[in-house]
Amino acid sequence: MAWLGAILTQLLHLALVLVAAPLVVGGTRWLKARLMGRRGPHPLQPWRDVRKLLRKRPLLAENASEISELAPLVGAAACLLALAMVPSFAHGMLLAPVGDLILLAGLLALARMALALAGMDVGTAFGGLGAAREMSFAAFAEPALLLCVLTFAILAGTTNLDAVAVLLRDGSLGLRISLGLAAVAMLAVAVAENARIPVDNPATHLELTMVHEAMLLESSGWHLALWEAQSALRLTLWFALLAAIFLPFGTAPAGAGPLAWLLGLLAWVAKMAGLCLALAVFESAIAKMRVFRVPEFLGAALLLALLAVALLFVSTGLA
Amino acid sequence: MLTGLAAGVAALLLLALAALPLGRLPFVGRMVHGGCLAVCLWLAGVALAVLLGGEAPTPLVLPVGPPWGAALLALDGLSAWFLLLLGLVGAAASLSGMGAEAPPSLPAFPLFLAGMVLSLGAGDGFTLLFGFELMSFASWALVAARHEQAENRAAARLYLIFALAAGAALVPAFGLLAAHAGGASFALLRAAPPEGWLAAAVLLLGLIGAGAKAGLVPLHAWLPLAHPAAPSHVSALMSGAMTKVALYVLARLLLDLCGPAQPSWWGLPLIALGALSALLGALRANLEDDTKTLLACSTIENIGVITLGLGLVLAFRGADLGGLAALAAAAALLHAMTHGVFKTLLFLSAGAVLHAAGSRRIDRLGGLIHAMPATAACALVGVAAAASLPPLSGFASEWLLLQALLAGWRVQEIGFQVAAAAATAIAAMAAALAAAAMLRLYGLVFLGRPRSPRGAGAHEVQGPEAWALWLPAGLTVLFGLFPGVLAQLAAPAVQALAGAAARPPGGWWLLQTGEGGAGYRPLAIALLLGLVVLGLWLWRRQVAPGGAQRGPVWNCGFIDPPPHLPFGDPFTQPTAGGIAQPLRRMLGVPLFAAREAVEMPRPGETRAARYEAGFQDPSLPLLLAPIARAREALAAQAERLRDLTIRRNLSLAFGLLVGLLALLAWLEAR
Amino acid sequence: MTFGQLPYDVAHLLGGFMLLLSFVLLYQRGVAAVVNTFAAQGAILAAAAAWQGFVQGAPQLYLTAFIAFAAKAVLIPLALRILIRRLDLHRNVEPALGIGPSMIAGVALVALAILVVLPITAGSRAIAREDLALALSVVLLGMLMMITRRNAILQVVGLMSLENGLILAAVGVAGMPLVVELSTAALVMLLLVVAGVFVFQIRERFDTVDTALLEPHRGEQP
Repeated sequence: MAWLGAILTQLLHLALVLVAAPLVVGGTRWLKARLMGRRGPHPLQPWRDVRKLLRKRPLLAENASEISELAPLVGAAACLLALAMVPSFAHGMLLAPVGDLILLAGLLALARMALALAGMDVGTAFGGLGAAREMSFAAFAEPALLLCVLTFAILAGTTNLDAVAVLLRDGSLGLRISLGLAAVAMLAVAVAENARIPVDNPATHLELTMVHEAMLLESSGWHLALWEAQSALRLTLWFALLAAIFLPFGTAPAGAGPLAWLLGLLAWVAKMAGLCLALAVFESAIAKMRVFRVPEFLGAALLLALLAVALLFVSTGLA
Repeated sequence: MLTGLAAGVAALLLLALAALPLGRLPFVGRMVHGGCLAVCLWLAGVALAVLLGGEAPTPLVLPVGPPWGAALLALDGLSAWFLLLLGLVGAAASLSGMGAEAPPSLPAFPLFLAGMVLSLGAGDGFTLLFGFELMSFASWALVAARHEQAENRAAARLYLIFALAAGAALVPAFGLLAAHAGGASFALLRAAPPEGWLAAAVLLLGLIGAGAKAGLVPLHAWLPLAHPAAPSHVSALMSGAMTKVALYVLARLLLDLCGPAQPSWWGLPLIALGALSALLGALRANLEDDTKTLLACSTIENIGVITLGLGLVLAFRGADLGGLAALAAAAALLHAMTHGVFKTLLFLSAGAVLHAAGSRRIDRLGGLIHAMPATAACALVGVAAAASLPPLSGFASEWLLLQALLAGWRVQEIGFQVAAAAATAIAAMAAALAAAAMLRLYGLVFLGRPRSPRGAGAHEVQGPEAWALWLPAGLTVLFGLFPGVLAQLAAPAVQALAGAAARPPGGWWLLQTGEGGAGYRPLAIALLLGLVVLGLWLWRRQVAPGGAQRGPVWNCGFIDPPPHLPFGDPFTQPTAGGIAQPLRRMLGVPLFAAREAVEMPRPGETRAARYEAGFQDPSLPLLLAPIARAREALAAQAERLRDLTIRRNLSLAFGLLVGLLALLAWLEAR
Repeated sequence: MTFGQLPYDVAHLLGGFMLLLSFVLLYQRGVAAVVNTFAAQGAILAAAAAWQGFVQGAPQLYLTAFIAFAAKAVLIPLALRILIRRLDLHRNVEPALGIGPSMIAGVALVALAILVVLPITAGSRAIAREDLALALSVVLLGMLMMITRRNAILQVVGLMSLENGLILAAVGVAGMPLVVELSTAALVMLLLVVAGVFVFQIRERFDTVDTALLEPHRGEQP
């Protein structure tokens, strides 16, 4: 019976995130437009774009190699696999024992590497620029993320995401200053990883400060569709991760039956909508920063995460 | 088994002897390297037998050695593990060497291997030091082989200085231990662990001696110069195996011979130096623009990571955390193995590129994936492993190490806890920096367009040089998919490091931090990834049949190249310096005093603008400049001795004689 | 009281929030943003004082909270904004020590505060101990801000943030006498400092004008 629940929730989870991914991107875009007093595109617009692009044959440069063909598949697969491990409405899904936070970072790094390789494949100036910047930012984002993982590992005794989420949902830890600091650090990392304002502008191709979009300039057709899908999956993944760790309320155990799942689903939808709204407000309120301010931004996140860990040492020493 | 080991060493020495008179004949190079290949595979088999079947109980006494004690050969789990690595790396390097033209220093190659085997198979301090020095000098001869170029001469000189320094530190370290224990065999040394100032002195000397040979910051200055100067298959052997032999000596000296009762703080210097090496090595790999120098800097990073793991073993063992010590030991050993193999792969690929496209400089290469598809595929495996991407071997060992670091807070001491947290951040940053460096290497060398006519005329390498790539590439994938098997195989070595009760974490199919802890199942991950990729591909074929069309590059509407530049203007591509720019500005400026300057022509001038960038490794001025000054001062003092009168000369000799007699009297009195 | 109990958690959280805002103060370049952050810190301080008043059942702390809110969150920021507008200081100011190094120094100072406070308060209750560590960190970060900034307004903000830390420490200790009096006295002193800066800046401007007037006469010297 437990197996059945695990398999069922895993399948439902996959279907759910595949539906949610375009909505998260489109919804954020729509909310942002509304906040700025524009009507904005329909929230389902990303889905329509991807569907249109999927049917088109890609146009590759003459000197493009197999990397350009393979990288979109690997990137999208890595993101999808990572997303499959992050609990949404239920805990204890089939992939829960595999869902390790360091592995999650590794899969995201795999997707990033695939994107950067594709960006450098044709040897254009923009692709190389974007790839170099993306990898440089990761050099600050990854340690910050790892220190957040350290915070959870100290609290939960493991880096398994499902175990961490279950522990935080029980609420026996109470409000902790370390968790607050880790949340701030993780938000900063999420903003950088998803190339959102103030690190990068998701709405432009041709700004001088571009990072993420610069690597996609040579992609077209279903390659581009997969890249767009990958970035939507990545945003959904980070939202789900933040929701699972910092807003763990209402998530159902896998064996609890459909009614509890439904409640968990409603809670998850509410959380994701809240995060979309928060991101839209944040992006509307703040200006993009210069590229060489980004290390300061992420460095501050890194130091806050270190502070979270240090304070945790203090309080575990007390308790 | 020990007879097999001795036979292997003897065969290597015979090969060197045979190469000495015949070195100029055309087929001898192939023969000697072929012999080395056979011996390496044989040694790997011996090591495997020891790891699976248990160690030989008594050491083998050789009929040679110093008068006060014959040389001993012994193989326990720890040395067998490193011997296995040496066998695999040596086999790939020898195979690749069969394809290359015979270098002028042919006899040094088997001697180099023999030195490494001897220091791994040694059962006493003298044999170990003898093997270590043989390894140092043979590899020096290989580095100095192409001494026509001034930069190679400079590299060889610096290498010799550091090799001498390593020897000068290791000899007193073993000497102190042997004097304390009353003999040099490992069993005697182990029975009398040092304490107090003696232990501290051994720690310091061991760190200097083994660290200088392994390339630990701040004793790494020779490594980025010496590794590229040697022929590529020798560079592979130096990076893949020789640095590991130095780490083996470090582990043997500090973790085994000094006994299990050393305090927890012993780990801290290793953790600090390891973290520093990881960070600086990875960052420097992002700034270099020579393929082999870049790989050498990445070796510094990985050496740092392994040292970090060894330091964690010491710290956990001192705090009575046996399970965590086993975790850290497995991480260090696994990373030594995986790094040895994938770095060999990368150096051999760099050698193939050098052979085929005629350059080591990144700015003269490019687009080689079209001309050399097999090399590019192998190199991609190596690059992905070096960037620690799942599901390849680099990620598995990095995962274990991060898990060990994440458990560092269990040592109940707030200073160590904060240090472990900082080391976690630095290790993660080093991993991300290594990924950036590997992207830069692969993207600029294999992707894009050729940057020089010679590079445009490249062709795929043939024969043994090409076959030699597949062995480490296959092993990298295999180790990545089955790290649990590897960890179980390392069980005797883990026990040698972490105590007899230690068990490597996890089972055959997974790596696990402990009972109920987090687990890593690479086979499942790889299968799932493959499944999703396959599913996406099939679905895509359903939705959008037909492959990609080809057209001119878009590049934001950049105009087509003129007809006399069929590949486009190479200067419109990113350069090595350009890709390095973000990291040079973010981290290079504070850590390496990086600088960049744009020199614009004045209005009306027709010359091109120039952009110059560079950096300075702080270890050279900080470490070598004082040493150079001290040498100058010593030389000046020595010069003064030549001007002494005869009476003073005589009194010097007399004083020395009296001093020696007094020392003798004191020794007899004890 | 330990973790998982509401009084402790909320006090802990408010103190941590003040520390976070201290880091934001260190991170900001713009003068106006610094003043806004300072106002937020004052509001949090008021909330922390009020919460402590509620937990400890000490009504005089409500008065402290009121004073902190009125002065730190409303009046002084208002005055500073007027000052900024009058003196036209809306530019971003490059600090004497870069943002990165000053953040690293800040984390080191927090670590130092923890290492100092924990052993010497070994006997007292958890709530006082950790609040004291947080408060000392806020004080040290305020000092750091004062020495790493060149602009006088930013230095004053640093001083006031330092004083925020002191009051946080004072309200955290149950039964501390004279908290209200202390905070009032500190407030009066701060108002004097702000007024002094006001006058000083303006005089400096006139001085510059004066020296500019004197410039043409320098040519007479040999």
